[in-house]
Amino acid sequence: MSYITKPVARHKGTRINALGLTMRDYEGSMSTLCAGCGHDSVTAALIQSFFELDVEPHRVAKLSGIGCSSKTPTYFIREAHGFNSVHGRMPSIAAGANAANKDLLYVGISGDGDSLSIGLGQFCHAIRRNVNMLYVLENNGVYGLTKGQFSASADVGTKSKQGEVNQQGPIDPVNLALTLGATFVARSFSGDKAQLVPILKAGFAHRGFAFVDVISPCVTFNDHVGSTKSYAHTRTHMHEVVETDFVPIRSEIRTAYAEGSARAVKMHDGSTLHLRKVAEDYDPTNRVAVIEYLGGVVARGEVPTGLLYLAEAGADMHEFSQTVDRPLVDLPYETLCPGSGALAELQKEWW
Amino acid sequence: MQPTDTKDPQYYHKVVDCQWACPAHTNVPEYIRLIAEGRYTDSYMLNRKSNVFPGILGRTCDRPCEPACRRVRVEDEPVAICRLKRVAADLRDEVKHLLPKAPPVTNGKKVALIGAGPASLTVANDLVPLGYEVTIFEALPKAGGLMRTNIPSFRLPVRVLEEEIDYILDMGVDIRYGHRIDSMKELLDDGGFDAVFVGTGAPKGKELNIPGRAEGAANIHIGIEWLEAIHFEHIDEVGERVLVIGVGNTAMDCCRSAKRLGGKDIKVMARKTRPFFKASPWELEDAEEEQVEILVNHSPQRFVIEDGRLTGMTFDIVEWTENEKGRLVSTKLDEVFIPADDVVLAIGQDNAFPWIERDIGIEFGEWDMPVVDRATFMTTRPGVFVGGDAAWGPENIIWAVEHGHQAAISIHNHCQGLPVTERPPYGMTLVSTKMGIHEWRYSNDYNPANRTPMRYEDLEKRLADIKVEAELGYDIPQTAREVERCLNCDIQTDFTAKLCIECDACVDVCPVQCLTMTENGTETELRDRLMAPADNLEQAIYVSEDLPQTKRVMVKDEDVCVHCGLCAERCPTAAWDMMQFDLINPHAGQDTWSTVAATA
Ligand SMILES: Cc1cc2nc3c(=O)[nH]c(=O)nc-3n(C[C@H](O)[C@H](O)[C@H](O)COP(=O)(O)OP(=O)(O)OC[C@H]3O[C@@H](n4cnc5c(N)ncnc54)[C@H](O)[C@@H]3O)c2cc1C
Ligand SMILES: Cc1ncc(C[n+]2csc(CCOP(=O)(O)OP(=O)(O)O)c2C)c(N)n1
Ligand code: SF4
Ligand code: SF4
Ligand code: SF4
Ligand SMILES: [Mg+2]
Repeated sequence: MSYITKPVARHKGTRINALGLTMRDYEGSMSTLCAGCGHDSVTAALIQSFFELDVEPHRVAKLSGIGCSSKTPTYFIREAHGFNSVHGRMPSIAAGANAANKDLLYVGISGDGDSLSIGLGQFCHAIRRNVNMLYVLENNGVYGLTKGQFSASADVGTKSKQGEVNQQGPIDPVNLALTLGATFVARSFSGDKAQLVPILKAGFAHRGFAFVDVISPCVTFNDHVGSTKSYAHTRTHMHEVVETDFVPIRSEIRTAYAEGSARAVKMHDGSTLHLRKVAEDYDPTNRVAVIEYLGGVVARGEVPTGLLYLAEAGADMHEFSQTVDRPLVDLPYETLCPGSGALAELQKEWW
Repeated sequence: MQPTDTKDPQYYHKVVDCQWACPAHTNVPEYIRLIAEGRYTDSYMLNRKSNVFPGILGRTCDRPCEPACRRVRVEDEPVAICRLKRVAADLRDEVKHLLPKAPPVTNGKKVALIGAGPASLTVANDLVPLGYEVTIFEALPKAGGLMRTNIPSFRLPVRVLEEEIDYILDMGVDIRYGHRIDSMKELLDDGGFDAVFVGTGAPKGKELNIPGRAEGAANIHIGIEWLEAIHFEHIDEVGERVLVIGVGNTAMDCCRSAKRLGGKDIKVMARKTRPFFKASPWELEDAEEEQVEILVNHSPQRFVIEDGRLTGMTFDIVEWTENEKGRLVSTKLDEVFIPADDVVLAIGQDNAFPWIERDIGIEFGEWDMPVVDRATFMTTRPGVFVGGDAAWGPENIIWAVEHGHQAAISIHNHCQGLPVTERPPYGMTLVSTKMGIHEWRYSNDYNPANRTPMRYEDLEKRLADIKVEAELGYDIPQTAREVERCLNCDIQTDFTAKLCIECDACVDVCPVQCLTMTENGTETELRDRLMAPADNLEQAIYVSEDLPQTKRVMVKDEDVCVHCGLCAERCPTAAWDMMQFDLINPHAGQDTWSTVAATA
C-alpha cells in the first residue's frame, strides 16, 4: 500500500470526454492490493472504459463480495454508489438493488472464491434471472485474501507456491455461464487491455447479465512457475477466439472488414459490436457450438479468450417479472404499497 | 529505437532540467532537499561547489534554471530555486573551516588574472587550492567587478558580497587594487606568469549620439558609470524628473536607484512593446511596484537644452509592424516632449581592449573581439585565456562563474603540460533511495501548492535608504512550503527490463501517463503511440531493452514525470527503482569517476 496520495498533477495533453471529465476523474482511492496484482489492471481497464463511454459517475452502482478482487470497487469512481456484501452474496444484493432501481448501471466485481466457491449458488441464479449488470470475475485460481489456498477455478495439476499439486477438477465459469443460459459470456486477461477494454464496454452496453471472466494473476501467491494462472502461463497459453471492436452510439464506423470475417451486432443501447473470428467457423451466437468448440480448446490446455457468446435479445429480470417501466424507487409509496384494502381485494380471487 | 544508454551521465543529467539549464550545473534538487532537512550549511557548500557565490546568486542570479523547471510543465510556476538558494546562504553557519585551502607549499606556477569580477574570482577559487600562485590586477580599489559596482545594494547588500569575495581572497590571493593593466605585452613579457586570464568584463556603456548630447552632458549619464558612481558614493542625488532610456536589467537598476536618490517622477522609455523588453519579468515587477512608469513605443530624438541646461527630451511616438521580410519596422505617429532634470542611458554595454596589443599573437576577429575557443577559453596565444563578459560580450554572473571553472581547467592543463583540449569527463553516481516497501530517502508526496510569493521591505522604508535590501527572503514556514514544490528530478526512475513481468501496475498508476509498454518502432512512431502523446520534442523518451515475456519495450516520456515513485512502489519486482543521480561535474584538478551503484 502506498502512503502518499496520487499526485493531482496531470499530463497537459490528457484526454477529456464528452462530460468534460478526465480518466483521473474515474479513479477511486489508492489501491491497497499487492503491487503488481492483476486486479489493479482490471481496475485501470474499468476506469478507461467508463471514461471512454462518458459514463456519469453518480449513475453507477458498484457491488462486490469479499476477497482482494472484491476490494476493487473502492479503487474506481469514488462518486459512485457502492455496496460491499457478505462473502459470495453480491449477486443477490445486485438483484435486489436492480429490482428496486433499474436505472442505475450495475457493476459487480467478484473473485473465483467469491463466485465459484462460497457464492456459486448466488452466481448461478443471477445468471438465470439475467440481472441487468456487468459481472466481472477476477480469476486468479486462489483465495488471495486468505493467503493463497486453491480456489474452485484451480486447474488439475497446477502447483501452489509451496509446491502442493491441485487434484480436484476446476469449475470453469465460462462453461457454467453458457450452460446456465447467460446472454453475454466473455473471457479476457488483466495483462491485455487492448482486448479487455472493448469487452468491458460491450458488457456495459449489453442488456442483461454480461459475464466477463478475467484471468487476473495473484502476483503474491500464484505467479510462480508451475501455476496455470500466472502472467507468463496466461500469455503463452491464451487463445483468442474472437476479437472485439466496440463502436459506441453515434460514432462513425471506420474500420473495414473483409467479407465474412466479422459480424456486426447492434447492441440494445444502439452501439455496435464487431466480432472478428480468429478461428474459422466459429459462431458466437450458437450456444451449443460455442460450448463444444471451447471444450476442445480447454482440453488442449489453452485458455480461450474474447467475447465468446452473445445473445442480444434475451429478456432480463424486469421483463421476466413484468415490472413497470418506472424504477420502483421512483413510485409513490401509495402506488408501491397500496395497503391492506387493496391486498384484501386481490385475495378475493382465491376465495 | 535502440535502448536508451542510461550509463551516459548526460542522459539523467538532462532529466534534471534545472541542473541541465544552469551554466555551472548546480545540483539544485539536492540542495533544496538539504534545506528541507534544515541542513543549510551543507546546502550552501553544495551550491558553492558549482556556483561559488550562493549568497550573491541567491539574490541576483539570472535564473536560467527557473524557466527550465519541470514544475512549469506540470503547473505553471517554477520552484523558487533562486530564493531557496538565498535561504541556504542566509541561514548557514560558519563555513570558513569547510572552504578549500591553499596547500602549505605552492606548485611554483604563477597565474595572473586581470580584473576581479566573478570570472577571475572563480579561476582563483579553483586554482589556489591546487597550489598556484595567483595574482589579480584590479583597476578599482575594490573587488567584485560589476557585482559590486553595478548591482545596487538594495538588491545585493555589500556585506553579502564581501563575505563571499573574501572567502576566495583569504585563501591567499595576491590582489593588486588600483592596478589597471595598460599593456598586455608588458605583462606577458615582464610579468613572469605561466598563464594569464582576462576577466575584464564589458566595461563600456553604449552612447546615444543624438542632438543635444554634448550640450546636456552634465545631466546625461551612462548607466553603468552612474551606478558605479553611486556605489562609491560620488553621486548621492538626482533631479526630480528622471528619464531612463532602455528597458533591460541595467535600466531597472537605474530607475530604482533614481527612486532612492530623491527622484519623484521616474520614467523608463522603451522603443518597443512589453514582449520585447530585455529585463527579467521579476525586475520589471519590482520596478513597477516602486511606482516607476514604463512608457512604450517612444523612440528618442533629441535632448532639449535651454540656457545651457537639459530640460527634457523629444521622442517619436511609433507603431511597429512587420514588413514583407518579417522584420519589425516603425512608423512615426506623433512627437512628444517629455521634461526631465536627468537622463540615464541604459542601452547596453560594449567590450573594449585598447590595452591588448594586436601584434602579440592574440588574434582579434569580428567586432574587434579576441578569438576565444568556446571549450577551452584560450586565445590564439597559448597560455592566454579569456572568460566572463570579456569573452563574448555581456552575460551574467553564473556564466562568468562557469567560464571561470572551464578556464581554470585549461590553465591547470596548460601549466601541467597537458593539452588544453583534454577535458576531464563528466561522471555520475546512482544510488537507490529505497528504504522499505513504500519508503524512500526523499519526500515523494506531491505538493500542489503554488509558488510562494516573496516578502518585501515596506515601500517607504526601502525607498528612504539605497542600502536597505528590498527583498526580505523567505521565512521558515515559506521555505518549508516551497521546498516541497520541488519534484526531485534527480531521483531517477531507473528500469531493469529483465525483471519486468509486464503486469501493467506502473503504467496504470502513473498519474501523468508517462509510461507505456508497446512494440518498438521509430522515435516518431513511439512518441505518437504512448498513453499520452510525447509531443515535447525537447524532452527525451526512454526506451528499454526488450521485455522478457512479450518482447515489447517499456517507453517512458521524461516530459512531465513528477518523480513520485509510484511506478516503483507498485512494481512487484523492483524493475523500476528510484535512484538518486549525482552528476560529477569536474573542476580543475579534481579526479572524476563514474560509479553506477547496484540497485539495493
Ligand atoms: C547594472 C547591471 C546589473 C546587473 N545585474 C545582474 C544580476 O542581477 N545578475 C547577474 O547575474 N548579472 C547581472 N549583471 C551582469 C554581471 O554583473 C556581469 O555579467 C558579470 O559581473 C561579469 O563578470 P566578469 O567577471 O566577466 O566581469 P566584471 O564583473 O565586469 O568585472 C571586470 C573587472 O575587471 C576590471 N578591469 C577591467 N579592465 C581592467 C584592466 N585593464 N585592468 C585591471 N582591471 C580591469 C573592472 O574594474 C572590473 O572590476 C548586471 C550588469 C549590470 C551592468
Ligand atoms: C463467510 C466467509 N467465509 C470465509 C471468509 C474468508 N475469506 C475471505 S476472502 C476469501 C476468499 C476470496 O477469494 P477470491 O474470491 O478468489 O478473491 P481473491 O482474494 O483471490 O481475489 C475467503 C475464503 C469470509 N470472509 N467470509
Ligand atoms: S494477495 Fe494476490 S490477489 Fe490479493 S492483492 Fe495480493 S496479489 Fe492481488
Ligand atoms: S515517478 Fe513513475 S509513476 Fe511517478 S510520474 Fe514518474 S513515471 Fe509516473
Ligand atoms: S510494475 Fe514492474 S513488473 Fe509490472 S509492468 Fe511495471 S515494471 Fe514491469
Ligand atoms: Mg481469487
